[in-house]
Amino acid sequence: MNRQTAPTDWKGSVMQSRIAKRYAAERRFKLFGLGAVLLSGAFLAFLLFVMVGNGARGFMYTHVAVPVDFKAMPLTIDTARLGDADADQVIANAGLADIVAFAADEALGADGSKLISENAWKEVRSAIKDDPELLNGKTVFELPAASEVDIAAKEGAKGVLGAKVDALEKDGKLSTGIHWPFFRNADATDPAVAGIWGALKGSVLTIFIAFLIAFPTGVLAALYLEEYAPKNRWTDLIEVSINNLAAVPSIIFGLLALAVFINWFGLCQASPLVGGLTLALMTMPVIVIASRNAIKSVPPSIRDAALGVGASPVQVVFHHVLPLALPGILTGTIIGMARALGETAPLLLVGMRAFIGDVPGGICSPSTVLPMQIFLWSDEVDRGFVEKTSAAIIVLLIVLLSMNAFAIYLRNKFEKRW
Amino acid sequence: MTQDDLTITDPKMKAHGVDVFYGEKQAIKNVSIDVGTDLVTAFIGPSGCGKSTFLRSLNRMNDTVASARVTGQITLDGEDIYAPSMDVVQLRARVGMVFQKPNPFPKSIYDNVGYGPRIHGLAPNKADLDVIVERALVRAGLWDEVKDRLAESGTALSGGQQQRLCIARAIAVDPEVILMDEPCSALDPIATAKIEELIHELRGKYAIVIVTHNMQQAARVSQRTAFFHLGTLVEYGKTTDIFTNPKQERTKDYITGRYG
Repeated sequence: MNRQTAPTDWKGSVMQSRIAKRYAAERRFKLFGLGAVLLSGAFLAFLLFVMVGNGARGFMYTHVAVPVDFKAMPLTIDTARLGDADADQVIANAGLADIVAFAADEALGADGSKLISENAWKEVRSAIKDDPELLNGKTVFELPAASEVDIAAKEGAKGVLGAKVDALEKDGKLSTGIHWPFFRNADATDPAVAGIWGALKGSVLTIFIAFLIAFPTGVLAALYLEEYAPKNRWTDLIEVSINNLAAVPSIIFGLLALAVFINWFGLCQASPLVGGLTLALMTMPVIVIASRNAIKSVPPSIRDAALGVGASPVQVVFHHVLPLALPGILTGTIIGMARALGETAPLLLVGMRAFIGDVPGGICSPSTVLPMQIFLWSDEVDRGFVEKTSAAIIVLLIVLLSMNAFAIYLRNKFEKRW
Repeated sequence: MTQDDLTITDPKMKAHGVDVFYGEKQAIKNVSIDVGTDLVTAFIGPSGCGKSTFLRSLNRMNDTVASARVTGQITLDGEDIYAPSMDVVQLRARVGMVFQKPNPFPKSIYDNVGYGPRIHGLAPNKADLDVIVERALVRAGLWDEVKDRLAESGTALSGGQQQRLCIARAIAVDPEVILMDEPCSALDPIATAKIEELIHELRGKYAIVIVTHNMQQAARVSQRTAFFHLGTLVEYGKTTDIFTNPKQERTKDYITGRYG
């Protein structure tokens, strides 16, 4: 040590400017951090604001009051057959659509039938099925307006259509209510009856299948690799492969599923079963990686303690390691599932982008999923589908948020025990 | 002490020519030792001398280390514990272990103690388990402190209480031997004194083997002491002899503080 040099000048100007710089650096860092948080918060708020603003209207629909007098225009059917399975067909064949169109022309003026949705008579049909007495008198039905009328009523319009809508409004024939068909139906070409329920149910079934396959397989694979597998070149290879699988673009899984599940196994196309299997393939590596990390973070002292009182390896795993790792495993699983729920690309290839007009009945019936429905509707020419798209996005976000909330609830519940 | 006058006529465990390898490295070289049924046996020696390794081979905890390999013979009541016919799970119930750092399960105090009896089917019903848990906690000197809060988490106890809980957990399965791997190294002097007192009380009920860094502790609690150095057993004998009249130069150097 060279003691000849002057003692450090802790109070000198050089030192002071160094201190000032240090403080400035800290302030800067804090500001940048805060800025980043604010920016992401602003993005989120903007997204929610725009979505809710546009989408909320998609849940509402304009209805036109149309009196239908079945005395003047009788619907000749056998009322005893209304309870039958083919009642819908019976009523349709009896010409209800024409009766409703005629009633609309009569009540709303020439071309009045163009102001209501072409599927409006189906509302009348379900009303008749509920109460056959309606056939004996005159009833005012609140029928869904045609898509253009709905948009005109919501946004205002010019020209002939605008004048007609204004006139209807003046007469008090328009009303706005919750659009129940949206929550009840599957996709349709007419926005007045297109609904999200088909896609929602398809998503739920698909995710359910994916979870059923990926969760146990992923967790068991992780447990085996962490607790039982010898550490050698083969397990290293498996580990690398799993990490690589997690990084494979999702569309490749779609091709794989197309080749294996549909072409080879011959499973039902465009079904939640095949979609779920595809998403399970995609999610499993994520679950394996998250589970392995969660299992690794269980302290070895707990394993020692359990082995020390004579627990068998399986008991150590199921009594101690797995419960302690479960919060981490669940978090990873939910993240994987949420990603799967928002996935579109692999499902394109297994046929889930087809137009499906029926709510799926089971895991093998053709179906679509929420993000796919959003994609399909956003592609529609009909302007009525714009707000349907936003409404569908809101539904998807709500499903995602409730899934995450459920995951957080589960995690906290399990964590409390230890 | 009358105990010290006894020679080990009826050893609980016998080790003969034991070598332990970690991969290529030999951690224990040709160790032979008898563990007396009614005695406390202390293993002393500098860090890394292999005393913990040897202790862990007495209940086959080394099996969990993939690279570990044990040769030679270790018997419990004359039965070779490394024989294929020996069930390692049962062995670990018969030869319990207390670890360096208190490691209670993150479960209630009751479940910590009750876990062993439960998995081994020692308690057919809840009332029996209650009795076993209470007896183990009483023996571990913890009952009075925790009897009103058995449902609380074991991890909420103080360090010394946690270690006594771990001893109670080991006792609850009614072992024949208790191995203690530096049980007081993470505790303060008062908690240490309580554990030492407890070891005194447990002597005679279980064969106890304790690894310790603390030579005073070995002198206080044990009747037999084994001095390990560089993986070999240098000297083994009555504790009083080892500390007052060691035969080996290395033992003398160690206990007088020349190295270690």
